[in-house]
Amino acid sequence: MNEKAQKIVELDEVVVKFVGDSGDGMQLTGSLFSDNTASVGNDFATFPDYPSEIRAPHNTISGVSGFQIHFGQKPVHSSGDIADVLVAMNPASLRANLKNLKQGGTLIIDADTFIDKAIEKAGYDESPLDNDSLKDYHLIAAPISKLTKESVSELGLDNKVAMKSRNMFALGITYFLFNREFEPTDKFFERKFSKNPVVVEANKKVLRAGYIYAESVAASATTYTVQPAKLEKGTYRNITGNIATAWGFVAAAERSGLELYLGSYPITPASEILVELENQRQLNVKAFQAEDEIAGICSAIGASFAGDLAITTTSGPGLSLKSEAIGLALITELPLVIVDVQRGGPSTGLPTKTEQSDLMQALYGRNGEGQVIVLAASSATNCFYFAYEAAKLALEHMTPVILLTDGYIANGSEVFRIPKVADLPEITPRIAKANDPDYAPYRRDPETLAREWAIPGTEGLRHRVGGLEKKDVTGSVSHDPDNHQIMSEYRDEKVQRVAKYLPKQELIGDDEGDLLVVGWGGTYGALRNAVQEMQGEGKKVSLCHFNYINPLPENTAEVFSKFKRICVCELNFGQFLNYLKIKLPEFKYDQYNKLKGLPFKVSELTMKFNQILEEI
Amino acid sequence: MSKDTIITQELTKEDFVSDQMVKWCPGCGDHAILSSLEKVLPQLGKRKEDILVVSGIGCSSRFPYYVNTYGFHGIHGRALAIASGARVANPELSIWVASGDGDSMAIGGNHFIHAIRRNLDINLMLFNNEIYGLTKGQYSPTTPLGQTTKTSPFGTIEEPFVPGELCIGAQGTFFARVIDSDPKAMAELFLASAEHKGMSVVEILQNCVIFNNGAHNYLKDREHKADRQLWLEDGKPMIFGKENNKGLILNGTELEVVTIGENGITEEDILIHDSSTANPIIHLQLVRMKAPEFPVAFGVIRNVKKPSYEQLMVQQIEDVKAKSKIKCADDLFRSGTTWEVE
Repeated sequence: MNEKAQKIVELDEVVVKFVGDSGDGMQLTGSLFSDNTASVGNDFATFPDYPSEIRAPHNTISGVSGFQIHFGQKPVHSSGDIADVLVAMNPASLRANLKNLKQGGTLIIDADTFIDKAIEKAGYDESPLDNDSLKDYHLIAAPISKLTKESVSELGLDNKVAMKSRNMFALGITYFLFNREFEPTDKFFERKFSKNPVVVEANKKVLRAGYIYAESVAASATTYTVQPAKLEKGTYRNITGNIATAWGFVAAAERSGLELYLGSYPITPASEILVELENQRQLNVKAFQAEDEIAGICSAIGASFAGDLAITTTSGPGLSLKSEAIGLALITELPLVIVDVQRGGPSTGLPTKTEQSDLMQALYGRNGEGQVIVLAASSATNCFYFAYEAAKLALEHMTPVILLTDGYIANGSEVFRIPKVADLPEITPRIAKANDPDYAPYRRDPETLAREWAIPGTEGLRHRVGGLEKKDVTGSVSHDPDNHQIMSEYRDEKVQRVAKYLPKQELIGDDEGDLLVVGWGGTYGALRNAVQEMQGEGKKVSLCHFNYINPLPENTAEVFSKFKRICVCELNFGQFLNYLKIKLPEFKYDQYNKLKGLPFKVSELTMKFNQILEEI
Repeated sequence: MSKDTIITQELTKEDFVSDQMVKWCPGCGDHAILSSLEKVLPQLGKRKEDILVVSGIGCSSRFPYYVNTYGFHGIHGRALAIASGARVANPELSIWVASGDGDSMAIGGNHFIHAIRRNLDINLMLFNNEIYGLTKGQYSPTTPLGQTTKTSPFGTIEEPFVPGELCIGAQGTFFARVIDSDPKAMAELFLASAEHKGMSVVEILQNCVIFNNGAHNYLKDREHKADRQLWLEDGKPMIFGKENNKGLILNGTELEVVTIGENGITEEDILIHDSSTANPIIHLQLVRMKAPEFPVAFGVIRNVKKPSYEQLMVQQIEDVKAKSKIKCADDLFRSGTTWEVE
């Protein structure tokens, strides 16, 4: 490090965004910066934002791939609104993202990419380097491509291979800005390219070249540090929502003494759950990549009947395909978890973008009367606990459970305090005992109304279930009118009774006040930040954020009744709002909705909330 | 559920008859199929508890309710998908799927080819009556070209599937064909399919007495059936006919019907059946044989050895476990980059 030591400023929190062409390695750059941030001990949340094409047309706006990280010395709940530092690897990515850089923020660009053709493709009339359009930013216009080539020239790599490490030059510049160590990243290179030492060497050199460049050229610049966050004692790691979801099920299987079965078909943005569980054969995980979405869920129903903890994973269009089979799991009253990682809809919609698109589909998207439990995870780490909870409720109440996550929390990562499986709540599957003379397929627990799970192979419990209506208790096929009414009521009541076993709905903030902000699922971070910012200004605003959608926690009405106004915020046109209007029609609701495939910004939320407060 | 389960008593056909009333039409071919399976199940050496019958939707799919084992009546076309999950979840069960030509060839066509390709150890009884019975008489994917039905009042204009051709095309390891009027042969074929480790398909040419009555009469006709059915037996020449003098030879790459004693043909010239050869060419030609140029082939047409999906899964789990340092969920969660906060 430079002995002269630039001025080091300590910050509470910072947002850095890496953007480039979709082949520029921005996701890797972002995740290496995240791992490095973890090693410093900051709390953080990340948000990868990329196009659905693997390689969209080169240097175009549609091909821009981005990765945003928000880190701080206090708990961080969202990936942040606006960047303090923007790294743009080509003109198109600059043009698409400059509006997300705060005035006076640091802008790092690869000046070598600002050639006529690329400038034109990005839609600029002239190079932004040639006019004063970037004057409000602290600009580091580095010849990244040229310097990358030079720094590895002695290694004899061909041009194409050398240029692959351009992103590490940019990463090196950010390491200088935030006073970071190389070591964790070096270790990654050594692991990742263990079979190719020259590539390890090249990446190390380029990373350092970026650092040294920044140190010498930007010597007058201020650098920053963010103190370690004061986190609870424990072992921590970085985790994405999809991995956390997969692990929640692994934990639930172990805790319940069952084997885990996943039947799934790849679909963005849910595929990582399938990939992760395919990698867990060592833990007896039977992941089955089915021929289609329907086979995914039907095989899971077969596995559930045969006694495994069975799950299926998908995203919106796949949930549509699974509808009929969810009805089958519902009427056979088998434990099953369906994970829907929501994305922009309808139809193929916006596969890589986030949206709270499927709440209505999850609640009502089936033929006939019949409820399932619907849960929603609210952050990357929270996915772990709600995958676990979904499995627990399915097994203990003998019913399908739909777990909603979304593209934002599924791909985003957070710092995760690793729990011990033994410390997680107990799971007691309702397995019937061999040769129980009183066993009957639809005999119910008087408290929960759950039937018992008689697993093939168990002596004395042979029985048949299926999609046809069954007679109460005995399970024979029955078309009796009164019986259908009774069975339908049982299935309904069974799910409603789950509310008795749920924790009370809690608030962030006081339990009475002027405005209650209501949200559910993956919008938690932004809503929390917005509400806490306003609380800091002395405003009487609280957040009521739901993980349990169906049934709702029992105290929901009581919570709502203590506020003058209620504003329901969603990344859709108001699906939860409409549900609340059905369930709790006695309240008047305001709403704030957005449908852009992007998470909420704190600024837009506070603007809306202040507006409501002014009306009171 | 271990392999060493002791069979404590001799089971009989009656043990497998459930207490449910059988609701198929009188004269329906399904009755014979049910009776044949009930006869075979006691011979499997399995407890009743270790047998699972799965179905989709259609007349045939009422099957699980009538067998006194574990049973699952699924949704239309998905029987094989449901059975696949049960198979992977519990490799010890004996799994039987009852499915019709609508269930398996139309709405469930995708699951049919993929279950076969994976070679899951499932015994599929494919009830082929060449019609949709439960929905009252619409044509199915196996209805012969030109046949008039409720939804083809001027005759169908689409070529039917030959289930055996699809099965072998999907790399099937076991395919057999039988007719519902021959319960003895059916029972033998069911037993052979149970003994086959991997996916087995037994196509049963089955009569729908209401909507397609007599669809297979051409083959059943007492006077001519010897000329119209070729019964295949391993190691035996492919000979048929009332006089037992007709046979199949390979002329170039095509099968041809010849008469022994004519044009210098002797029994030596007739093809010998080998169901176990991996090369599917002859098997494919056998399943495709159609009247009137050819007899229709019956018996075990293809029966080749290949590891089953669930065997490979179990093996893979064992192999990965032996090598992995991760023995429980806690190990997994602490693998890779972690850090401590004091």
